[in-house]
Amino acid sequence: MSAPAVSAPQDDLASLEAGLDALERHDTTRTSRWRRVLSAGWPPLVAVGLLLLVWELVYRAGVKPTYALPSPADVGLVVLAQLRDGTLLEAVGTSVQRGGLGFLVALAIGTPLGLLVGRVRVVRRGIGPILSGLQSLPSVAWVPAAIIFFGLGEAAIYAVVLLGAVPSIANGMVSGIDQVPPLYLRVGRVLGARGLTSARYVLLPAVLPAYLGGLRQGWAFSWRSLMAAELIVSSPELGLGLGQLLDQGRLLSDMSLVFAGILGILVVGIAVELCLFAPLEKRVLRRRGLLVS
Amino acid sequence: MTVLDTVRTDPTTLSPAVRLTGVSKRFGAGPVVLDDISLDVQQGEFLCLLGASGCGKSTLLNLVAGLDAPSAGTVELPGRRAALMFQEAALLPWLTAAQNVELALRLRGVGRRERRERAGELLELVRLRDAGGKRVHELSGGMRQRVAMARALAQETGVLLMDEPFAALDAITRDVLHEELVRLRESQGLTVLFVTHNVREAVRLGDRVVLLSSRPGRVAREYAVTCAQPRRIESPEVAELAVAITDDLRAEIRRHGGQS
Repeated sequence: MSAPAVSAPQDDLASLEAGLDALERHDTTRTSRWRRVLSAGWPPLVAVGLLLLVWELVYRAGVKPTYALPSPADVGLVVLAQLRDGTLLEAVGTSVQRGGLGFLVALAIGTPLGLLVGRVRVVRRGIGPILSGLQSLPSVAWVPAAIIFFGLGEAAIYAVVLLGAVPSIANGMVSGIDQVPPLYLRVGRVLGARGLTSARYVLLPAVLPAYLGGLRQGWAFSWRSLMAAELIVSSPELGLGLGQLLDQGRLLSDMSLVFAGILGILVVGIAVELCLFAPLEKRVLRRRGLLVS
Repeated sequence: MTVLDTVRTDPTTLSPAVRLTGVSKRFGAGPVVLDDISLDVQQGEFLCLLGASGCGKSTLLNLVAGLDAPSAGTVELPGRRAALMFQEAALLPWLTAAQNVELALRLRGVGRRERRERAGELLELVRLRDAGGKRVHELSGGMRQRVAMARALAQETGVLLMDEPFAALDAITRDVLHEELVRLRESQGLTVLFVTHNVREAVRLGDRVVLLSSRPGRVAREYAVTCAQPRRIESPEVAELAVAITDDLRAEIRRHGGQS
């Protein structure tokens, strides 16, 4: 053989591979948590500050009478007063409870429904288009129907929330199933996974990122639908939610109260996004190397 | 286990690890992809299938792997199953390297403790024990293919089907993995059916090279590679046979230009 004699081929190959592996390794440096929070935190703070400034300027210019456009300080005082006597917190609590429960039920219905539509062709042909159509229907459109059917009560509110959230959760699952690379399913088959085993070890984990996206959207739809429902479905027997608080503000022509309600709705929406969905999604994507950071 | 094992006339030969008899394949009413292929892969043999585009190499592997059924003829695998490796490592990105290997064991019903132990050994075998906790995206292309090899070995089928597994790698890494594969094949006593369109790669690795014609895929010629392992892809013996095979391959390809 003309090939140069290799004295210890095993060690030689091992050290060669170790060298190649080392050359391919990219060590990533991570910035400290505080620095990241700080660098992510200042732009929104500046934006909010600017917004308040513009608001104050418009208020001072006297474009509208004070009852129609109170100053940021007026609204702040109302918010503080509402917080102090517990009304705002009670409203937030009631709404979050309804929204959370509605979301969980939507999750329990939307997940199997999405699996069914995604995996069974006949079902997809049958209700797939209806499901996507429902997603673009504003859920406030269901409110009159829900009131007539269920009467003025919690049932009507939950019906509207479900009709808003179930389609987007199911659709998230369906598009997740469609996006699963066929190669993964083939690998599963080669490794001996069939049917339910394949679903458990290959399909469902592969669907997870898109499914999480669907959940996130499902929550947004639950929350929006809930506000639409609460705004209209209000009666003394029902607990006071944020939507009902808004309606009260409208009846009293109390713009500051209305703003307080809107602020509450916004804060809850942002809090759930920041504390629940964003970290969850980030974690899943980072584990799969789908997040550039 | 050896239901399909037919008695050979010559009792001294072992039954082949893979036997294709008159295998043809066409998809629906489409053109014939594979036409009357008969091929034995002996136990412990390293057979390379070589051909230009459209020779149905990948289709053939899918048939042997049981992912598809032949339109005519029979595919016999006395060991029943074969492990398959793709051009992409096809590791599952939500699992670590070790978990990918463990999944193959889990799907075979291996218990948890044994799984962990065995996965560690297999990663050791491809010299990636320390990378077991890494996610797929943290591994280089060559490392991924080595994890995929460990996963294929975890199936313990004895027969390894490889569908251009090194085609996407850079030449340096590919060269190293050639050596790794030859070493594993010897130490594990594997039967390998290796599909490639790289003539030198086929000669570098195989005990035997089978040249397939294209559209439809038929066995055109066979070559025995006589020089001993370890070979090097740059060596004159490899080059010499590669030149001869390339000439035949080009002749096959020219036939198609003449027809149209």
